[in-house]
Amino acid sequence: MSLSASALAYGYPAREIGRDIELALQAGEVMALLGPNGHGKTTLLKTMLGLLPARGGGLSLNGQALETLGAGARARALGYVPQAHAGTFAFSVAEMVLMGRTAHAGLFAAPSAHDRTVARAMLERLGIAALAERPYTEISGGERQLALVARALAQEPRYIILDEPTASLDFGNQGKVMAQIRRLAAEGLGVLFTTHDPNQALRYADRVMLLRDGRALASGPAAALLTQDNLVALYGSAVEIVRDADGRLAFLPG
Amino acid sequence: MASPSLRGNLIALGLLGLAVIAAFALGRFPVSPGDILRSIWSWLTGTPSGLSQQIETVIWNIRGPRVLAAILCGAALAVAGAAFQGLFRNPLVSPDILGASSGAALGAVIGIYFSLGLLAIQLAAFAGGLVAVAAVYAVGSTIRRGDPVLVLVLTGVVVGSLLGAGIGLIKYWADPYNQLPAITFWLLGSLAGTARPDLVPLLGPVLIGTGVLLALRWRMNVMSLPEEEARALGLATGPLRIAIVAAATLVTAASVAAAGIIGWVGLVVPHLARFLVGPDFGRLLPTAAILGGGYLLAIDTLARTAAPVETPLGILTAVVGTPFFIWLLASARGGWS
Repeated sequence: MSLSASALAYGYPAREIGRDIELALQAGEVMALLGPNGHGKTTLLKTMLGLLPARGGGLSLNGQALETLGAGARARALGYVPQAHAGTFAFSVAEMVLMGRTAHAGLFAAPSAHDRTVARAMLERLGIAALAERPYTEISGGERQLALVARALAQEPRYIILDEPTASLDFGNQGKVMAQIRRLAAEGLGVLFTTHDPNQALRYADRVMLLRDGRALASGPAAALLTQDNLVALYGSAVEIVRDADGRLAFLPG
Repeated sequence: MASPSLRGNLIALGLLGLAVIAAFALGRFPVSPGDILRSIWSWLTGTPSGLSQQIETVIWNIRGPRVLAAILCGAALAVAGAAFQGLFRNPLVSPDILGASSGAALGAVIGIYFSLGLLAIQLAAFAGGLVAVAAVYAVGSTIRRGDPVLVLVLTGVVVGSLLGAGIGLIKYWADPYNQLPAITFWLLGSLAGTARPDLVPLLGPVLIGTGVLLALRWRMNVMSLPEEEARALGLATGPLRIAIVAAATLVTAASVAAAGIIGWVGLVVPHLARFLVGPDFGRLLPTAAILGGGYLLAIDTLARTAAPVETPLGILTAVVGTPFFIWLLASARGGWS
C-alpha cells in the first residue's frame, strides 16, 4: 500500500521543473519535502495529486497507475490541503468541510445526512466543531488551516498531501497543526507535506526528501538526513546547529 | 440552519407578492388583487367572473403577460449572475461577463437593420448571445496558459469590445429615422408591448437553464473554490464549467431576446440573495430567482408609471444599481482575485 513515484519527471506543458524522483509514501508514515523557494516542491505535490500530468516516469496508487483513475476516485484516495486562503464567498466552516464529501456524492446530488455526519466528525476530530457555523472568511489563519485539514479528511482519503501547512501560522498554531498531522499518521494515513523549517521535519516527519533544482538531493530517514552538511548543500547558505544535553538537535539559519 | 434560509425566502416571496400587487394596481386600468383572483377562479371553473371585458383583457392580454415576463427576465438575470459570480470566484461579475448580452444585442441590432420581424429579431438576439459565448469559450480554450478562468474572463472582455464595435458600426449605418430609434430602444431594455405569445420562447429556456443550474447546485459551490482545489476534491472542472456557462448563457440570452439589454439586475440581486440566505447555491439560486423576479417587476412598474412616456428599464436599473455597487465596493472584504 503506497503512493509512489518512479523515475518521475514533472513540470508544466512548456517547462520541465524536475526529474528522476523516486518516492514511496507508505500508509501510517509522515514524509516531509524540504527545499529552497522555487525549486519544485509545490509542483511535485500537484503532480503527485494528479492535478498536473507527469512528464515522464510513473505515479501509482496502491499499484494502480494514477492517471487511469478518474477525478472522483483520486479524490477518494488523496486528500489535498492547500495553503490557507481567505475564500471568496462566506461559506460556513461546516459547508467548507462538507465540500470534502463532493467525490462521495452523485453528479446532481447534494451531500446526504451521512456526508454531514462525516463532516461533523472531522470538525470534532480537529477540535474546531465550535466554529461550524462561523463564516470561513472570518476565522483566523490557523483556524482556516485546520478547517482545510478537516475538509481533506472528510474526503476519507488514504493519503493526505499538505502544501506548507504552517506557512501562515503563528508559533502556537504551527504546533497544533503539526501535532494533528502526527496523529493522522498514527491513525493510519500516509502524510506528505512541504515545509521551510528543517526543525519541523526533524520533529514530526519519519522520512524526508531534500529537493533542489527539481531533483532529490537525498531521501531517507529524517534523523539521518537532516545534518548540517546536507542543509548547507540544500539551501546554499550557512546553517548553525544547536545541541542540548540530551543530544537533541535544532537548526538555525545563517 | 433551516430557519434563517426560510426567513430569507419568506422575505423574498413577500417582496415578490408586493411587486405583483403593485404592478396590477398601478397604471391606467388599476386591477385589484381580488379582481385577479376572481378572474383566475372564473378561468379555472368556467363560471363568469363578473368583471368588465376591459379588465379581463388587461389581466390576460396586457398586464398579465408583462408581469410574468418581468418576473421571468428578472429571475433569469439574477440566476445567471449568481452562477457566473460563483464560477468566476468574483462577486463583481455580471451575466454579460462572457459576452452573452453584447452578442444578443449585436444579433438584435442586425435583425433591426435588415428590417426583420419581431420574432426573427428575438431569434437573432438569442442566437447572437449563444454564438458570442461559444466563440469566447472556443478562443479561451485554445490559450493554454495560466488560470483557465482568468483567460476566459479576459477573452470575454476582448470579444465583448469587438461586439460593441459591431453594434456601433450598425448604428452608424442604420437609417436615423426608422431604425436608429428602434435600436436605441432595444439597447436600453423594455418590456412594453409584451404579449402572451412572447412568454413561450422566454419560459422554455429559463426553465431549462435554471433547472440545470439547480441540479448542479452542490458542484457549483465547489466550483467557486480555486481551480486546483475543486479538481483535488474530485470535480471534472472542464466539463462542469461548460455546463454551467451554457445554462447561464441560455437564460441570459432568452431574457435579452425578450426584453433587450437590462444591466445591473444580475450583478446586484445575487448579493441581496446571498445576504439573505448565504452563499450555498442550493439556497441561493431559488432566493435569487424570487428576488430578481420581484425586483425587475418593481422596476418595470416604475418604468410604466413614473413618467408620461415609458422609461427604459436599463436606465432605471442603472440608477438603482450604481449607488448599490459603490456601497458594495466600499464595504467588500477581500476576495477580489
